[in-house]
Amino acid sequence: MALPTYATTLERAWRWIYLAICTGVFVFLIAPIIVVIPLSFNAEKFFTFTREMLSLDPDGWSLRWYDSLLTFGMAQPDAPRDARWWADMWANAKWVNAAKNSLFIGVASTALATVLGTLAALGLARPEMPFRRLIMALLISPMIVPIIITATGMFFFYSNPCGMFGLVGVSVTCGKLAGTYAGVIMAHAILGIPFVIITVTATLIGFDQSLARAAASLGAGPRRTFFHIIMPLILPGVVSGALFAFVTSFDEVVAVLFIAGPDQQTIPRQMWSGIRDQISPAILAVATLLVIFSIALLAAVELLRRRGERLRGLTPS
Amino acid sequence: MIASAGSRDYVVFDHVQKSYDGRSLVVKDLNLSIGQGEFLTMLGPSGSGKTTCLMMLAGFETATHGRIMLDGRDINDVPPHKRGIGMVFQNYALFPHMTVGENLAFPLEVRGLPRADRDARVMRALDMVQMARFRDRRPAQLSGGQQQRIALARALVFDPKLVLMDEPLGALDKQLREHMQFEIKDLHRRLGVTVVYVTHDQGEALTMSDRIAVFNDGRIQQLATPSQLYEAPENSFVAGFIGENNALSGTVERLDGQTALVRLANGELIDAAPVNVGEVGQRTLVSIRPERIEFKPDLMPEGAHTVEAEVIEVIYMGDIFRARMKVAGSDDFVMKFRNTAGQVRLSPGQKIRVGWHPQDARALDPV
Repeated sequence: MALPTYATTLERAWRWIYLAICTGVFVFLIAPIIVVIPLSFNAEKFFTFTREMLSLDPDGWSLRWYDSLLTFGMAQPDAPRDARWWADMWANAKWVNAAKNSLFIGVASTALATVLGTLAALGLARPEMPFRRLIMALLISPMIVPIIITATGMFFFYSNPCGMFGLVGVSVTCGKLAGTYAGVIMAHAILGIPFVIITVTATLIGFDQSLARAAASLGAGPRRTFFHIIMPLILPGVVSGALFAFVTSFDEVVAVLFIAGPDQQTIPRQMWSGIRDQISPAILAVATLLVIFSIALLAAVELLRRRGERLRGLTPS
Repeated sequence: MIASAGSRDYVVFDHVQKSYDGRSLVVKDLNLSIGQGEFLTMLGPSGSGKTTCLMMLAGFETATHGRIMLDGRDINDVPPHKRGIGMVFQNYALFPHMTVGENLAFPLEVRGLPRADRDARVMRALDMVQMARFRDRRPAQLSGGQQQRIALARALVFDPKLVLMDEPLGALDKQLREHMQFEIKDLHRRLGVTVVYVTHDQGEALTMSDRIAVFNDGRIQQLATPSQLYEAPENSFVAGFIGENNALSGTVERLDGQTALVRLANGELIDAAPVNVGEVGQRTLVSIRPERIEFKPDLMPEGAHTVEAEVIEVIYMGDIFRARMKVAGSDDFVMKFRNTAGQVRLSPGQKIRVGWHPQDARALDPV
């Protein structure tokens, strides 16, 4: 991207300023993420680089905080590491349980958000759908309304969904969702649906409606047309929407604080209480693992996308 | 009942109307019978209702009023995927995530054909359009003309009795388009399917069709064979829409069975064949085809009436010359003459006399 030969001095100077600004943006974006990684290998209980670490002394570095992720919360963390120790860890270690919860809630809420969001996007793409803009705005609103407000509302509603019958003078208590997996999954699905709707709607804009007509003219009913023609073509949008929904659930803490009970401890909630109660570089170890996990997730999706485009005979862009 | 439907009324539009907004009619009282094995073209400018008619026949639009019959059966309440009508779309509408072979196998899979049968039929259909070696390619790897052939093969692979084509050659360049016209016509002859073809290209309609329905303003203006349509247009719209046309406005002076005497704008009197003029004193547009006009006195047809003309410009078009002239007050009067050896050259400003056989001048309705 060299400058053309006719560029003036001012243009050349501006180019350097422009590059400096770009570099600054990247530094501020990436530095906070990068700096966490070496700190998580700290041998001391500090959030700063010790003298030993800076002089690259092996004693200044350790994996103790990664180890503590496994042992923290175990009944007998110091027992010999045999099968019983591993069983104890799998059942009792707080971070391990948080990871299990996060994955379960993430996967379940992603599945729910993806199915509902895709269906909503398909319906909202049809010109004969009444009140399209209003419905779209309502479905997107969890992304725009501050999460603390959504979470407060959810907390009151989920504590007693039947409370709405109070409006007609009937006072009943039933269907409590707060403190259950179902409640957290539903809350996260609601937060994830806007991402799915937006990505699938964007894909549908480029979708050639005559393909659906062509399928019908060839004898395919609506169901076959959907699964064999529409679905494969909007899959990239569905997958990236699902990815956003998963990440939303995976790093969400506010709704979890409001709705989850003690059984639904997720990684962000564990980090939250960890930061409050016993501040230690264990948090940094978790952060490092999450960074690696996110990169792997994004890379996997990108590889799938390229493969899909290659299969479709397009050159990956 | 089904057999007695007869091959002349294979597709029937019976008083069909269509309105999108409930107020204005896009299609106004359409009555049309299409024979089995016929190649019928719906021709008209955009917005004339021709594509809407095709979409109603395919089942993607419903008729607001009236019935559409296919092979003696009312298909108003049959969904598109159960009509068994092949369709070729303007933008090809090939499935981009499937190979050419999978695209063609799709309608056969839907119909539950066994695999071996499917493969044989796909190969036969690909051979038919000379595309067999592209079976494992994807549509994105094919050129426009190749995609068009695949779309054609896909619409025919399940042996439909009726095939609809919605401006299928619109996106191709001129040479390829002419070649594909020939191929489609040839396939139609070989397979004996009924084809309903929609286009706004009159050349395409004239070269391919058995009959042409000229649409304008939601109505069929004329339904006739290509030669009838070109040589004997029934109204000014058809005369103006099909081919090049000279229209001289005038008033009917005298009328008997075979001829009408028309007084042109500059007071000159000419003979014309009355087509849809009813009475003396009526305003009329006299339509004359540019290639039926002669200017060399020794070649003038017998009984020709000549008028004075002033050449405005002569355009060289290779095989022909096209001269624009001032005739009877109109300075948009066009004459075409062949570029033969020894042809008389005309130059702008030249005064000549042009003439035509009275039967070639058709007195039509004023627009």
